[in-house]
Amino acid sequence: MGILDHHKKIETHATLLLVLSFLVVTIGGIVQIVPLFYLENTIEKVEGMRPYSPLEIKGREIYLREGCYTCHSQMIRPMRDEVERYGHYSLAAESMYDHPFQWGSKRTGPDLARLGGRYSDDWHVQHMIDPRAVVPESIMPSYSYMLDRVLTQRDAEHVRDIMSVYRMLGHPYTDEMMENAVSDFFAQTDEFGDPVADRYPGAQQRNFDGQEGVVTEMDAIIAYMQMLGTLVDFETFVPDASR
Amino acid sequence: MWDYVKLAVLGLVVVVAAIAANMARDLPYLVHMLAIMLAAAITFIWLIRRAGDPVPAANPNEYMDGPVRYGVVATAFWGVVGFLVGVVIALQLAWPELNFQWAQGYLNFGRLRPLHTSAVIFAFGGNALIATAFYVVQRTSAARLWGGGLAWFVFWGYQLFIVMAATGYVLGSTQGNEYAEPEWLTDLWLTIVWVAFLLVYMGTVIKRREPHIYVANWFYMAFIVTVAMLHLVNNLAIPVSVFGSKSIPVWSGVQSAMIQWWYGHNAVGFFLTAGFLGMMYYFIPKQAERPVYSYKLSIMHFWALIFLYIWAGPHHLHYTALPDWAQTLGMTFSIMLWMPSWGGMINGLMTLSGAWDKLRTDPIIRMMVVAVGFYGMATFEGPMMSIKAVNSLSHYTDWTIGHVHSGALGWNGMITFGALYYLVPKLWQREGLYSLKLVSWHFWLATIGIVLYAASMWVTGIMEGLMWREVDAQGFLVNSFADTVAAKFPMYVVRSLGGLMFLLGAIIMCYNLWKTVTSSPERKPAAAAVPAE
Repeated sequence: MGILDHHKKIETHATLLLVLSFLVVTIGGIVQIVPLFYLENTIEKVEGMRPYSPLEIKGREIYLREGCYTCHSQMIRPMRDEVERYGHYSLAAESMYDHPFQWGSKRTGPDLARLGGRYSDDWHVQHMIDPRAVVPESIMPSYSYMLDRVLTQRDAEHVRDIMSVYRMLGHPYTDEMMENAVSDFFAQTDEFGDPVADRYPGAQQRNFDGQEGVVTEMDAIIAYMQMLGTLVDFETFVPDASR
Repeated sequence: MWDYVKLAVLGLVVVVAAIAANMARDLPYLVHMLAIMLAAAITFIWLIRRAGDPVPAANPNEYMDGPVRYGVVATAFWGVVGFLVGVVIALQLAWPELNFQWAQGYLNFGRLRPLHTSAVIFAFGGNALIATAFYVVQRTSAARLWGGGLAWFVFWGYQLFIVMAATGYVLGSTQGNEYAEPEWLTDLWLTIVWVAFLLVYMGTVIKRREPHIYVANWFYMAFIVTVAMLHLVNNLAIPVSVFGSKSIPVWSGVQSAMIQWWYGHNAVGFFLTAGFLGMMYYFIPKQAERPVYSYKLSIMHFWALIFLYIWAGPHHLHYTALPDWAQTLGMTFSIMLWMPSWGGMINGLMTLSGAWDKLRTDPIIRMMVVAVGFYGMATFEGPMMSIKAVNSLSHYTDWTIGHVHSGALGWNGMITFGALYYLVPKLWQREGLYSLKLVSWHFWLATIGIVLYAASMWVTGIMEGLMWREVDAQGFLVNSFADTVAAKFPMYVVRSLGGLMFLLGAIIMCYNLWKTVTSSPERKPAAAAVPAE
């Protein structure tokens, strides 16, 4: 009963109670979060990860805006069925440039962590216009309006502004990338344009939505989806047993 | 003098918001700035119209129940809105045609889902917490709310936060973090309102006339201060432009995942649990007219609960790219959390010792008891689902959705309904509720609704989890993903029905409360502040 008697001191003193409660609730967070910033094996060393290209950033912005993460995960767990279904399990390194992470918590639709290259651009366009046209069982909403939303200079400049914030946060965007951000944004939908892959290795460059002469939100979202999970070179990846 | 300062500040806000609206780079920002401008302008006009009027001095011996009354109305209103959006998105999952072509950029599932979660957690739950916190802290401290009009600022400021968050979601402004979707401007505004909330609350506790701080207040205090910490850390972000809604959260990848679920799980732990336990500790003893079962248990489970909860976040990230040591810690603490959770449940339930007969006659007590029962079930299910082996099946499935709803509908919903039924006759000086029979109807509709909801989600969740991992004798996957989607259809219909029943119950409650205020016989005026019982 001894300790409980002393509790009287706390429960008759408002500030003490508040401060003690606050101290008690800080401990767990400090122990779990702080080490993730300095333990070296938190993020694996891999070949191939690079920051997003300007058009991919736009695609990712659309992914966030539409709340895709409410139904799709981007995190393949190392279970047999998941690896069979979706591909190599996801690495921490693969989301190191994601502010915030998009691992998701629910699979109303399938995982998208390795969506890139699985389907053709044309399939994606059809699927976004009318999901049930290509997957009869699908319950996904239609996003056909993205075909009509033309991206302009202003959108490209907005992406460049986002890139400068990313740079502030430590993403390795070079001066050259920043200078060419706006032109790269448009060039990525033009197969014969200035090669974006020179600055963003592995970036895919073509007319994603099949509409001539315009860059639309559909281009951006498909460019993003076709990149997902394709960057890391798994031939050179060695799992770290200490993790 | 003070009035002039307020008018000057409000005038400045109107002008700055108008300029910002003019410079807006995107639609959500424009709408938010116009909302801020409008709110400041209305306050300005309201203030200037009564400037110079003699202000009746508030009686320090009288409770300040205005913000509580408004809070009760807001709770009921946002509750119905939140449940309605929930029913809509449940139907969208069963019949995807309800994602209307003409409303693609606004009303697709992905935009309405954050609207639903925020409406029920932050608008319905938040208003219930603020209103009951203001009510309880005055009664248990025998003191009028501290800070004069500050409590009104908390109420209206919080409504503005809700409107900004809700319009943001529909217009596509989101940070992309579950339950932390609002962008930087809305987050900043909430921070200001929350600090005011903390000040009013602590100010009232400090000037209390009771030597001891009643246990309900411990929970409310822990809830307010912890939510402030979680909100600030998880929402650290750099705006892309001060004239645009978009910001970039500073955390990325695995760290952002850990911080987000540290936030997310403790939004459950402190917003939906600690705060609501505060509610339980006041309203159940009052309605049952029995003292809290065990003082010792209160102390132990309070400290254990707040200490252990904060560690539980990583169980949302089992088998992901989060390092194993963090996952193991999260699982261990989640299992331990079962004990203090049930400590609270036992303390709530056993408070009815000697008053169990009231379950037969008093539907409000029945509601509160079922709430605590659901709390107990959800806090057993939670630790079980945090075991890695169980989680490998349940994660990503509808089981999680069912679990959340048995907590949210069963525990948070029911205890709030009980508190509202208790509060309305008291706050509007009525003899009693308009109809106990309607309370019974509400009770059964809600309870059966929750059972339908939870049961259908268990079935779909476990079914899809098993279907995903099923392999044949040759080792090939048996089911395509689309097969699992098709298999869930009947259960999605049942779930929608459950949600609809819950919504219906809430609408009946609104009618009942409305009739209580307008047509129940009046009671003699409330007594002045008396020491807590």
